[in-house]
Amino acid sequence: MEAQKERSMILQKEMVSGLFNELGRAKETGRKVCYTFVPGNLSELIRTFDLLPVYPEINALQSAMRKKSAGYIKEAEKNAHSEDVCTYVKCDVGMMMKGNFGPTGEKIPEPDILLLSYTGCFTFLKWFETLKRLYPNAEVIMIHTPYQEAGKMTPEMTQYMVRQFREEVIPKMEKVTGIKYDEEKLKYHLNLAKEAQDWIAKIFETTKHKPSPIDAYFAGVYYIGPINIGFRGTPEAVEYYKALYEEIMERVRLGLGPITPEGEMKEEKYRLVVEGPPNWTSFREFWKLFYDMGAVIVASSYTKVGGVYDLGWRHDSTRPLESLSEYCMNCYTNLNIPQRIDLLSKCITEYSADGYVTNSIKSCNSFSAGQLGMMREIEDRLEIPVGFIESDLVDPRYFSYSNIKNRLESFFQMLEQRKKIVKTETV
Amino acid sequence: MNKYYLGIDLGSTTSKAVIIDENDQIIGRGITNTRANYKVAADIAREEAIYDARFTLLSNIIKTDMEAKPEFKKYMEDIRTVFQYQQFKRRMEILEEKLVKTSEAFPYPNKNEIIDRLKSILNVIRPQIRHEFVHGGLGSKNQFFRDIVSERYNLEVAKAGKEFYEPLMLAFDKSITPVENEMVQYNFKELILESMKVLEEKYKGLADEQEDGSKEDWYYAELNAVRNNYKNVELSLREHFELVAEQEIHIANMVGTGYGRALLPFPEECIKSEILCHAFGAHAVFPNTRTVLDIGGQDTKAIQVDSHGLVTSFHMNDRCAAGCGRYLGYIADEFGISLNELGPEAMSATKETTICSTCTVFAGAEVKELIHNGEERPNILAGLHKAIVQRAMSLIARSGGVKNEFTFTGGVARNQAVLKYVKQMVTESYGEVTMNIHTDSIFMGALGGAMFARRNVTAALPA
Ligand code: SF4
Repeated sequence: MEAQKERSMILQKEMVSGLFNELGRAKETGRKVCYTFVPGNLSELIRTFDLLPVYPEINALQSAMRKKSAGYIKEAEKNAHSEDVCTYVKCDVGMMMKGNFGPTGEKIPEPDILLLSYTGCFTFLKWFETLKRLYPNAEVIMIHTPYQEAGKMTPEMTQYMVRQFREEVIPKMEKVTGIKYDEEKLKYHLNLAKEAQDWIAKIFETTKHKPSPIDAYFAGVYYIGPINIGFRGTPEAVEYYKALYEEIMERVRLGLGPITPEGEMKEEKYRLVVEGPPNWTSFREFWKLFYDMGAVIVASSYTKVGGVYDLGWRHDSTRPLESLSEYCMNCYTNLNIPQRIDLLSKCITEYSADGYVTNSIKSCNSFSAGQLGMMREIEDRLEIPVGFIESDLVDPRYFSYSNIKNRLESFFQMLEQRKKIVKTETV
Repeated sequence: MNKYYLGIDLGSTTSKAVIIDENDQIIGRGITNTRANYKVAADIAREEAIYDARFTLLSNIIKTDMEAKPEFKKYMEDIRTVFQYQQFKRRMEILEEKLVKTSEAFPYPNKNEIIDRLKSILNVIRPQIRHEFVHGGLGSKNQFFRDIVSERYNLEVAKAGKEFYEPLMLAFDKSITPVENEMVQYNFKELILESMKVLEEKYKGLADEQEDGSKEDWYYAELNAVRNNYKNVELSLREHFELVAEQEIHIANMVGTGYGRALLPFPEECIKSEILCHAFGAHAVFPNTRTVLDIGGQDTKAIQVDSHGLVTSFHMNDRCAAGCGRYLGYIADEFGISLNELGPEAMSATKETTICSTCTVFAGAEVKELIHNGEERPNILAGLHKAIVQRAMSLIARSGGVKNEFTFTGGVARNQAVLKYVKQMVTESYGEVTMNIHTDSIFMGALGGAMFARRNVTAALPA
C-alpha cells in the first residue's frame, strides 16, 4: 500500500501512531487502559470514560504481518497452550510473555480493564481467563451478548443487555476510571459513529462500479482499520472515511480499478465475494494470487466483523445504551447462519459477483462453523461457482502456498469456462 | 492432413498422455512412472501415446481382417507386447552398461567379484524378462521399467549372499535413476521389424505346444489359427506398417495438466487445472456425470459438474495424503508385496479389520501391531482399503455429496477392493445411483486435457 500515499493513508497512519504513542505514555499521563475485542467493540463507551483501547486480535495480526507470530506462538506452546488453540490467542499470549512490545515496537501497558463485550466466540472467554492470570489486577467486565438464534434482535434481548450495561459495565468503568458516566458525552460519540458508518457503507458500495475501484477484502482490511482499533465515534474517523470516499469516487470517475501492492490492477476479470478472514502471515502472497489473476473482491464477510452496516443499522444517540446493545448483537459472527447467507447472497447479487470463495481458518471456530453449509446453500440458491481454500490466521505453519494456488487456479479456470458458456448462450 | 490433439497429465506417481482425433476418439494412450525429470516423463508418455496411435491406425486399416480372423487379433495383441519388449531391451542395455560402470567405480576390495556377480545376475534376468514379455504378456501388465527390473534383480541379489547385498543394491540405486531420466530414441519401423522376427520365432516354436486342456478352448483356437496363418498376417502388415510408421501424427494443439503441470515446458495457455480436465474427461465419456471422484497418487478430488461438464465446485484433500494412491504404495511396501497384489488380496478377506488411523505413517504402525496380534493379512488389507474410501467419502460429502450419475476415475479406480467399498459406501449414503467406472479411468485427466486442446484452450468451449 505504500506505493501510493493518499490523504486517507496519512490520516490513518496518524491515528494509529497517535494511539500507540498515547499507550506508550499511559503510565505518565495516568490514563487507564482497556483490553477488548473487535467484534462488539464498545469504542464509544470506552471514549466516554477516556480509556485507551488495546485490541489483542489486532496486535496478533500485526505481529503476523511483521513475521513475528511464529516465535510468539512457539512461546505460548512452550507454556502449555495446545496446538489446537486459536492462533490469535497464542500469538497474543506469546507476545505478552515476551515483554508485550506492540506493532510499533513500543511497550503496551498492562490492562486496567479486560472488557469482554462480545461472547459469541467461546475462545474470547478463555482468552481473557488467561489474561486475567497474567494481569491479576485488571478488572474483568463481561457482558453476555445473546446470539441471534431466531434471526432477529428482540426488545427483550436488548433490555437484557441494557441491564448489564447499567448494572455491570458502567459502574465498573466508573470505579476503575474514577470518571462519572456522562451520557451526553456518549451521545456525542454515537453521533460521530453514525456518521462514520454512513461513509463506510457508501465506501463498500462503490464496488458496484465496474471496474470496482477498490478491493473490499485485501484493501478492505486496511479500510476497516480505524473503526476496528477504537476510532469509531471520533471526528478523526469521520474525516478519514470522508477523505477515503472522495479518493475512491475519484477512481470511479476515472474508471480505475483497485490499487494493489504492485500498482493498479489493469484488468478486472473476476469479481468475487469472500467468506472468512484472510491469512496474515503471507498476506501479500495471498493477495497476489488473486490480483495476478485479475480477481477483485467486491465484498467480504471479514470486513463486517467490526459491525454490519449494509442493512441500514446505525448507532442511534437517542437510544444510547440500547444502541450499544444492538451493535454487539449485530456483529457478523453473531448473526445466525441463514442471516449470513442472506447477507452474502445480497452482496453477490448487488455487486454482480462471478464467484464465491471460502477461506476456512484452521484455528477459528467462530468463522469456520457453518462455512461449508453456507457455501452449499449459496451455490444452490445463486448457481454460482464456489471455491474452498484453507489456511490459518497467524500461524505460518498452516499456510501452504502451493495448495492454495492449486485450488485457486482451478477455481479461476472454472469461472473462465463459465463466462464463455454464458457468453455463447446469450449470443 | 488429419489433426490430432494431445493431453498430458503429469501426476505425482504416473504420467499419462492421450491423443484424440477430431471426433474426440482416443487413438493413443501412453503411461509411465513420473520421475525426477518431469520433461522426460511427459516425453515418454507422449512417445508411448504416439506409438499406440500408430498401432490404432494400423488396426483400423486391417479392421475387417481383425474382426473376421482370430489370427489377426492375436497377432496384433502379441506384437504390441513384443514391441514393448523391444523398447524395454534398449533401455535395459543402457542400464546394464551403467550398472557395470557404477560398480567399477566402487572402492570395495572385492570389486571384481562384485562385477562378476552383477554380470551373472544380469545374465539370469535378461532372458527371464524376455520370456515374460514374449510368452507371458508382460507388456499388458502396466508395469514400468523400474519395477520390472528391480523385482527380478532384487530377487537375484537376495540369493547372491550377504557380502554382495549392499554393493549390488547400491549399484542399482545409483544407476536406475539416471537411466530412467534419460530419453531413449526409438525407431518405430525398426522395432516393428524386430518384433516380427521375434514373433516368427515364437510361433514356429508353438508347433511343439500340445493341447493339454489346461487352458480355455478359445485359447487353443486362437493359437492354432495363429500357428497356421501368421504368415498371412505378416504379409498384410508388411504392406501397411511402413505407411503407418511414416505417417505424421500432426499434433495441432496440446494441453498439460496434473500435479506437475506448471513444470511442463508448455505455454501458459496450454496448462489447465487437473480438476477441470478430470471432470471434462469423465463427462465426455459419461455425459450424465454429475459427481466425479478421482483418487490419484497424492490427491483425492471430489468434483461436482453441471450438464456441460463444467465444474461447479470441488474439494481436495489438504495437508495429508492418507486416502490417496501413495497410501496404498506405502502399505504395499510395509507388507513387501506389489501394488497390483493389494486389491486382489483384500478381496479375499473374510472381514475388515478396523484401521482407525487417518495418517499414512501411523497406519504403518497400526498394521505392525495388528500383524503382531495375529490378524490375517487379507483382513488388514481390506480394512486399509475401506479406510481410504472412508476418507474419500468425507471429501465427497464436503463437496456436496453424490449426485446421479457418479463417475470414479484415477489410477486407484483400477483397484478392485477400493471399487467394492466405493460402490458399497456410495449406495449406503446416497442410495442407488448409476456408477461409472471406465477401463481408461486413469487416463481421464489426460483425455480431458486433449479435449480442451481440441477446443482450443484459449477459447475452451465444451460441446
Ligand atoms: S476463534 Fe476466531 S473469533 Fe474466536 S478468538 Fe480466535 S480468531 Fe477470534
